[in-house]
Amino acid sequence: MTNVYKFVGLANYKRLFSGADPFFYKSLGVTLYYVALSVPITIVSSFLMALLLKQKFKGRGLVRVIVTMPSIVPAVAVATIFLWLLNPDIGLFNEILRALHLPTSQFIYSETTVVPTLAMMNIWTMGSTMLIFLAGLENIPEQYYEAADVDGGGPIYKLFHITIPMMSPTIFFNLIMGLINGFQTFTQAYIMTEGGPNNASLFYSVYLYREAFTNQRMAVACALAWVLFVIVLLLTLVVFRTSGWVYYEGDRQ
Amino acid sequence: MKAYRLRRGAGRTALYIAVIAVSLMYLLPLFWMVRSSLMSAGEIFLIPPVWIPNPPRWSNYTKALTTIPFGRYFLNTMKIVVFNLLGTVLSSSICAFSFARLRWRGREFFFALLMSGMMLPGAVTLIPTFLGWRAVVPPNSYLPLIVPAWFGGGAFNIFLLRQFMRGIPLSLDEAALVDGASYPRIYAQIILPLSKTPLIVVSLFQFLGVWNDFLGPLIYVNRERFFTLALGLQMFIGYYTAQWELLMAAATIVLVPPVILFLLGQKFFTRGIAISGLKG
Repeated sequence: MTNVYKFVGLANYKRLFSGADPFFYKSLGVTLYYVALSVPITIVSSFLMALLLKQKFKGRGLVRVIVTMPSIVPAVAVATIFLWLLNPDIGLFNEILRALHLPTSQFIYSETTVVPTLAMMNIWTMGSTMLIFLAGLENIPEQYYEAADVDGGGPIYKLFHITIPMMSPTIFFNLIMGLINGFQTFTQAYIMTEGGPNNASLFYSVYLYREAFTNQRMAVACALAWVLFVIVLLLTLVVFRTSGWVYYEGDRQ
Repeated sequence: MKAYRLRRGAGRTALYIAVIAVSLMYLLPLFWMVRSSLMSAGEIFLIPPVWIPNPPRWSNYTKALTTIPFGRYFLNTMKIVVFNLLGTVLSSSICAFSFARLRWRGREFFFALLMSGMMLPGAVTLIPTFLGWRAVVPPNSYLPLIVPAWFGGGAFNIFLLRQFMRGIPLSLDEAALVDGASYPRIYAQIILPLSKTPLIVVSLFQFLGVWNDFLGPLIYVNRERFFTLALGLQMFIGYYTAQWELLMAAATIVLVPPVILFLLGQKFFTRGIAISGLKG
């Protein structure tokens, strides 16, 4: 590493966007694919889980603890556990698939399944997102549901006409946070796949780390960081611009 | 009426089936980890898999603890955790006190600035922060992992404490001012003791965040004797890819402290998450 920096203008950016470094577009594509899968998976599964754990049943407190506990497990430990569970030859998941006579999978060891597998892993650690939904659900006034009962509205009607509209600010918040975090996913891929196989899980952060610390190209890494910043900013703006579906109770006056 | 009750009964049954299935699904990875950590190398590879180790091999834990100096890594981790936590609690509560209880010009602007900083992806600031620290501290120093906690202690923590402190009646401050108390005294003797709950929440989040942090130690620490537990476990994966029973024992060791803390402070954890979500 040299401590002498020379001003190069936009050369680093030109190199990235011209495709001279093939990993730039590759990592962008991988990351977008991951975000497109993991954000909906996480939001839908944690929302459904919150709906389930909002019901009244015996042992509810315990089940809530069980579901949120994985979210505080250190990411390195999560990666270790899933390396073992996802082992294609003797891992538990393939054993279960075999016992059910279903086709087994290579999971993180195949180019086609690695990103979906990493996205699905989020279902296990989505506890904090689920708790935010749960807090939102418990803030919906009971009268709305009672009014729907009087009108003869069933559970599906209530879900789409009361629960989801009332929850839209919370969904919006989780969507924004999910996008910002999704673009920065690092630890799982770094530990479990090191970006492989054949760069199929080369997340943007992994690529940025590799440029900075493995290849010692700090300037390129800084250019990458700026590009990431602009992407996340633009995406957040787009989501804000299209947030007409979000219903704020304070607006209705 | 009878049909209605029947349908309700079926609904209850379905609910309990769903809840039990979900609980088992979420416990399974942790169970499998502990189960595998207590097996012999031969037992772990049996097909079809054995569910309960017989006899449980506790020696895997001693072996895992001695192959890699987990004791030292534990002390290293605790060093960072303790000093980070002290700084966070002190500085974030002072900032929150100022934002919540004092009136000064530009307060709203600076608070908005702080909040927008929360939206800034950490991956974006990673390299500039690293280059800055490299210019002032030697490699393997823990200062980059501790010092920021003493300068604000994180926007989220300030936000959380400010929300709470705003709810404390202002008449308490006014009465103390009339009695001649200074602002530092109001902070230390009135506001802090009343803010115990959010302070516990902040400490809990911060402990989990620092204990679980991987990227921070990864870029600032590269000598093995300065490793944290997270780094140690990652190195362990590289060394013992085929010895799953040892890897699982090591993962269990790293995971037990945060899990215990979570179970003890579970109510505070839930409350903190609820506050963070209400912002949206």
